[in-house]
Amino acid sequence: MAQQLLEVTDLYTQFFTRDGVVRAVDGVTFEVAAGETLGIVGESGCGKSVTALSLMRLIPQPPGKIVKGSIMFDGADVLKMDDDEVRSIRGNNIAMIFQDPMTSLNPVLTISRQISEALELHLKMDKSEARKRTIELLDLVNIPSAKKRVDDYPHQFSGGMRQRVMIAMALSCNPKLILADEPTTALDVTIQAQILDLLKNLAREFRTAFILITHDLGVVAGMTQRIHVMYGGKIVEKADTAELFANPKMPYTWGLLRSIPRLDERRKAKLVPIEGLPPDLIAPPPGCRFEPRCQYRRDICKEKEPELEHIPNSKPDHEARCWGTQQGGWLVDTDWHKEVGDTRVIEEIKQEIAQLPPEPKPGDVPPPPVAM
Amino acid sequence: MATAVTAKEQRAAELNVLARKQRSLWGDALYRLLRNRAALVGLVVIALAALVAIFAPMIAPHNPLEQHGKDGLMEPIWTKFFGSKFTAPAYFFGTDELGRDILSRLMYSSRVSLIIGFVPVSIVVAIGLTVGMLAGYVGGVVDDFLMRVTDIVYAFPDLLFVIIIVATLRGTGLGEAYDGLLVIFVGIAVVNWVGVARLVRGQVLATKNREFVEAARAVGAGPGRIMRKHILPNILAPVIVTVAFAIPGAMLTESVLSFLGIGIRPPTPTWGVMINEGFIVFSTTPWPVLLPSLCISAVLLAFTFVGDGLRDALDPRSKM
Repeated sequence: MAQQLLEVTDLYTQFFTRDGVVRAVDGVTFEVAAGETLGIVGESGCGKSVTALSLMRLIPQPPGKIVKGSIMFDGADVLKMDDDEVRSIRGNNIAMIFQDPMTSLNPVLTISRQISEALELHLKMDKSEARKRTIELLDLVNIPSAKKRVDDYPHQFSGGMRQRVMIAMALSCNPKLILADEPTTALDVTIQAQILDLLKNLAREFRTAFILITHDLGVVAGMTQRIHVMYGGKIVEKADTAELFANPKMPYTWGLLRSIPRLDERRKAKLVPIEGLPPDLIAPPPGCRFEPRCQYRRDICKEKEPELEHIPNSKPDHEARCWGTQQGGWLVDTDWHKEVGDTRVIEEIKQEIAQLPPEPKPGDVPPPPVAM
Repeated sequence: MATAVTAKEQRAAELNVLARKQRSLWGDALYRLLRNRAALVGLVVIALAALVAIFAPMIAPHNPLEQHGKDGLMEPIWTKFFGSKFTAPAYFFGTDELGRDILSRLMYSSRVSLIIGFVPVSIVVAIGLTVGMLAGYVGGVVDDFLMRVTDIVYAFPDLLFVIIIVATLRGTGLGEAYDGLLVIFVGIAVVNWVGVARLVRGQVLATKNREFVEAARAVGAGPGRIMRKHILPNILAPVIVTVAFAIPGAMLTESVLSFLGIGIRPPTPTWGVMINEGFIVFSTTPWPVLLPSLCISAVLLAFTFVGDGLRDALDPRSKM
């Protein structure tokens, strides 16, 4: 295996709120080799973004705090660095592309000033050098007539162009690792494809390692070499991309896959959503975190939490955090295409949800005592 | 349709579209400001006042301190048409009770007013921006401390506080300096920075959690750079508007203090001093009071117009 560029070991990031400690990232371990692309997939609130922010120590503090773990980047522990050292890594060695290009660019600064910032900070370029490089970068991300547009303001750019600008900013210092946090969520589908293409090509061209964070398995499919599925602050399934799509094992991954429309599905087939809501990360379920929503659950799932372990009869690096997929488990040989799961359990879950007391919303007004 | 559009015409139209003038944020604001008639009038009045102030020694017909003993209490020359016998072509606006030329005194007064308008307000903005940005951006204990200090200053009635400061320092060296100008600077600055600090803090709080600030942090910018380069330009608009309203406020404070006799020391002419001195002879002739009052009103109104115009220009949404 190649020399690892990034090694995250046993990372715990928590938010200390009034209601309790939110365990947003709860013991995450993964590694990225130089030039490798990794996808982190999961639904909203499962800790993907917090993981990414933790890597750059950008967690707002307070209330957030990285409680435990180590993040070895290029041989140095990011968590042990002082502020200046971290700052010299940000934008320089690790760059980030944010979700919403509409709000991630400063509305009162020109495009050129925003891209030049990293160049001036890290590469110590002077104004005219930085400007020249900025134009090159804009050309690189396919902004037409870059020379004319460098002095424009963000509002003069469309959403897709702004995301291109964000990509140019991320690439400006030739980082070793780019974190893309839902880079296409705020864009139209057609633009999404363009941006993903651009990212893929540039990452390949510059041999930049890449972590793509998304809730959309469709986005990572063509982009990354390996995929980690996250749920409730933990990694629940790890595999390389082809293996994950061909032979997913963890019921949560099945749920994600079933909720994507497919071209090869028989007509009139319905999408099967995952019932229920992600767990409350202040008081997560004691056993498997997915257990309350899992159609394949057994008693053991409620009692004890499974470890991330290799799945028998699969590729060597395919691991899952599930009792059913461990040695002798009941899901080891299940083909998710054929078995949709126990519909009886779905009904049960639906009833459970229906019986939950309705949550009072802050804006709710109590009904008037007398009918008008 | 058979309207033949020649290639040339089409090309011209294309060029026209491309050549549409691009305006920056500030250029846009300036354009809107200049289209506002009241603001434009205000700007012209302020520019005139500034010119008069700068060139006062050259254009003033008399020395403002020179007493023409026998020509005391002359009336402005236009009163001749209404039957006044106490006019002289040498004194366009007449003279005060000591025979000093009112026009010259008005011109020299505008110098003090402009200095009062700009120097203490610059101090106010400097303190207010620093305190507000630190409190808003750093937060925590720093925020608590700075805001409690601000609250304490804020709790005093403005004018009373200035009067107390100025009256206390009057006897000291600071009070004597520059005919009492310095102590007025201090008084106005000490009282007024709190408003700016509060405004800035609020704006910083609203801005610092926006995504582009996080993006800047992700690029490796430190707190100082983020405050200066990313937050400051975003909060400048309301600060500019506040400044436009703070300037006439400071001028008015000076006039009030001088009128009360604790501001600028006579014989240095300021509009407030002139009103104070003219008040003694108000029953005989109203002009020594009326003319400086008109000057104050005109300049204050001009600044208010400009302030209003700036507010509309910098935040077009506020104008329905």
